Amino acid sequence: MSGAKFDWSAAGEVLPMLLRGFEITLLATVLGFLVGAVLGLLIAIARRAPTRFVTAPVRGLMEFIRSTPLLVQLVGAATVFSSVDPLVIGIIVLGIHYATYTSEVYRAGIDGVPKGQWEASRALSLSPVRTWRAVVLPQAVRNVLPALGNYAISMFKETPFLAVITVQEMVFEARKYGADHFAYTEAFTLAGLIFLVASYPTSLLMRKLEKRLGH
Amino acid sequence: MNTFFTAFFDNLPQVLSGLGVTAEATVLGAVIAFALSFVLGLMAGHRNIVVRGVSRTVVEFFRGTSLYVQLFWLYYALPLLTGYQLSALFCGVVAFALNFGAYGSEVVRGGINAVPRAQWEAAVALNLSPYQRMRRVILPQALAQMIPPFTNLLIQLLKATPLLWLISAADLMTVIQQLRDRTGESLIAYVTLLVCYFIIAYILTLLMNLLERSAKARLGQYTGTRGLFRTRSAAGAETVPVVPTGGAS
Repeated sequence: MSGAKFDWSAAGEVLPMLLRGFEITLLATVLGFLVGAVLGLLIAIARRAPTRFVTAPVRGLMEFIRSTPLLVQLVGAATVFSSVDPLVIGIIVLGIHYATYTSEVYRAGIDGVPKGQWEASRALSLSPVRTWRAVVLPQAVRNVLPALGNYAISMFKETPFLAVITVQEMVFEARKYGADHFAYTEAFTLAGLIFLVASYPTSLLMRKLEKRLGH
Repeated sequence: MNTFFTAFFDNLPQVLSGLGVTAEATVLGAVIAFALSFVLGLMAGHRNIVVRGVSRTVVEFFRGTSLYVQLFWLYYALPLLTGYQLSALFCGVVAFALNFGAYGSEVVRGGINAVPRAQWEAAVALNLSPYQRMRRVILPQALAQMIPPFTNLLIQLLKATPLLWLISAADLMTVIQQLRDRTGESLIAYVTLLVCYFIIAYILTLLMNLLERSAKARLGQYTGTRGLFRTRSAAGAETVPVVPTGGAS
């Protein structure tokens, strides 16, 4: 192979492999984001706890996770827990990492709920659980949906990190094909385009949602 | 003492040189990305639709294709196309600059749009040229608002530098990985590495807080010293528009 030109037959050959890897990419994104969205909400609620003994450690740990590289966290976790399936590690680490971001989003949303809503719940003597579930969260979460969606997109674009811990997602397949056939150009160009094709419409959708919610 | 820390201090020169590579990639990448943010961000507000279109296309392209893929493309695919191999560090700097420059342009655009309309009108009424208007009136005000989101992007960039390890530039992660392989102390090695990044991130945040303070001081707003040591999560709370690391904002 001369390698100087874009080889369409190689591109045709690698595409099915990439799409197979793409399924794993999507799986990791969806599951990882679920972990991140749920955990982030729990963190956001914990940060409003009445005592500093809860809020200070939570905040410290969050700051630490969010200021350190995802790649190091992934490789570290995969090495230390080497007996666990890399995909599971990847989903959990991605989820925890993004929980630190989504918790900030929820926090902004919760802070945006007017004080009168809290006072009204108190006046109606709703329990704290009902105040959160029936009054605060429905309003807070609705407002932050576009921001959450944007984090889902950015998580999607960070899933290639999972290739490093041998999860066979799209970029893993691209690297493998590139190395076996010395055709990196086709493999990585297509992988990049697939990311673009998948993420751009989604981000337009989020922008539309943002407009509709009046941001 | 623990074998990992013995190895760590015995090989301090290597560790420091790894730190140097990480710092170099972060600083160079950030400086070019910052310049690019302004070019693309100002283009996005141009009255000519072609200029706006070019900016939009470039931004969406570099935001939409994953950074990881861009870096690998530069390092592995580009040499096959052009026959010219760029150094790993250079590839890293270019990829970081393009990717974060694209994100940064949204920050610039948002910051400029956030300057009240009346300021533009006042500048026109005072007969300032478009250049003077931007340079003397709009940018100084916009800049103060752009710094917190730029801080977030800077930390994101720092967090992306371990990617250099994958294309075998000898950055901090590479060096610590080597020490880990030699000593077998995985947990301690990775926790140490995370702590190193955390410290660098905190120092960067502190410097950016200083910058924000001086930008605000220029506008006649005194912000006090307490806010200087605040972390990013504390800073982000009062300004609701969270700058996402990805997607559209």
